[in-house]
Amino acid sequence: MSNALCIEKVHVWRGDRHVLQGVSTQIARGELLHVSGPNGTGKTTLLRVASGLLRPEQGSVTWLGHSIVERRADYQAALAYAAHEPALKGDLTALENLRFSVGLKRRPKPQELRGALERTGVAACADLPARVLSAGQRRRVSLARVIAMQASLWLLDEPYANLDAAGSELVSGLLQDHVAAGGLALVVAHRELALACSVRRLELNS
Amino acid sequence: MKVSAWEAFWLIVRREMRLSFRRPEQLLQPLVFFLIVTTLFPLGLSLQLSLLRDIAPGVLWVSALLSALLSLDFLFKSDADDGTLEQLALSGHGLTVIVAAKTLAHWLVTGVALVLVSPIVGTALGIPLGAFATMLVSLALGTLTLSWLGAIGAGLTIGLRRGNVLLSLIVLPLATPLLIFGAAATERAISGTSPAGALYFLAALCVFTCTLAPFAAAAALRITLE
Repeated sequence: MSNALCIEKVHVWRGDRHVLQGVSTQIARGELLHVSGPNGTGKTTLLRVASGLLRPEQGSVTWLGHSIVERRADYQAALAYAAHEPALKGDLTALENLRFSVGLKRRPKPQELRGALERTGVAACADLPARVLSAGQRRRVSLARVIAMQASLWLLDEPYANLDAAGSELVSGLLQDHVAAGGLALVVAHRELALACSVRRLELNS
Repeated sequence: MKVSAWEAFWLIVRREMRLSFRRPEQLLQPLVFFLIVTTLFPLGLSLQLSLLRDIAPGVLWVSALLSALLSLDFLFKSDADDGTLEQLALSGHGLTVIVAAKTLAHWLVTGVALVLVSPIVGTALGIPLGAFATMLVSLALGTLTLSWLGAIGAGLTIGLRRGNVLLSLIVLPLATPLLIFGAAATERAISGTSPAGALYFLAALCVFTCTLAPFAAAAALRITLE
């Protein structure tokens, strides 16, 4: 199967606003889909449709040839989702946050989780409660979670938000490594991506 | 190495318990509310022990319901606000497992605590020592049932502003059987007759909600997540 994730003629209405009007796209193994477009054109909505959180009124999303609704558990086991907000519990430490959310997908070894935090440059924050971290550090912890899940499909909403120059380079590096290893990624980002890997582009317009 | 639903269930229960103990004020607020409301009654009414005993079951149960309602609001709300609910929903385990684990953890920290402080309240309201066992059992069953009913209401209302008022309007009417049979059981134990009938009914309600509410609450959550 060349195209692992297929999104076909997806329509989504929000109230009486027709947000996604028959969007079709696909992602193959070792490929990254960059979704861009002005605010309010449904980029995040498309990401939520791709994750299965939002069911489109019309159209379908298939993973390896099967509808993601029918094979929900298999699909969810294969994906790592990072929304715009970092989805961390402020009262848990960075490491505990990772242990709980990664622990629902696989049984990670403690050094794997610390390794992921080290990779994203926040190893020093591992034992601090997430509420004392800065927005950029929280973003890095949420990226560490994506790495630690060892999923083949990454769905990332604005992964560059709140990051400094070094952080942006880190994200680009992570995406390149993931795609080079045969992974798939759907990235919603305003900015241009300068990546040395196969990038498909999807521009959403109102 | 996939994580089984059972492992996921206990992992979520542990996470919820740890979160609750990191925020003791969330735990203590409903308990203090329960203690204060129930002790206000003896202060506001005349100090005749016989009168107090007559109204004790009703006071005890109404306050227990209201205090449990206070804690229901944050059953799913904080997870929905910080985005962790989406992570849970995409964890590969059905929402039913997640809802069941979160609700059980909620009862273990709020319901059990309420049952544990109820002897103090019972003493303040003049409930005889012989009726304490019935009071504890009925409250344990009642609060567990209420947590399940509350999970449905909380699932339906997390997406709404001012959802907590609507939550009360959804849950309180559903909780009237609990009030009737819970208060009846305690009253009978106080008057020395057998409370078995009312207790059995409470137990039946508890089993009924334990088996069906996780599915209903999961369906409610699915709607609000979209």
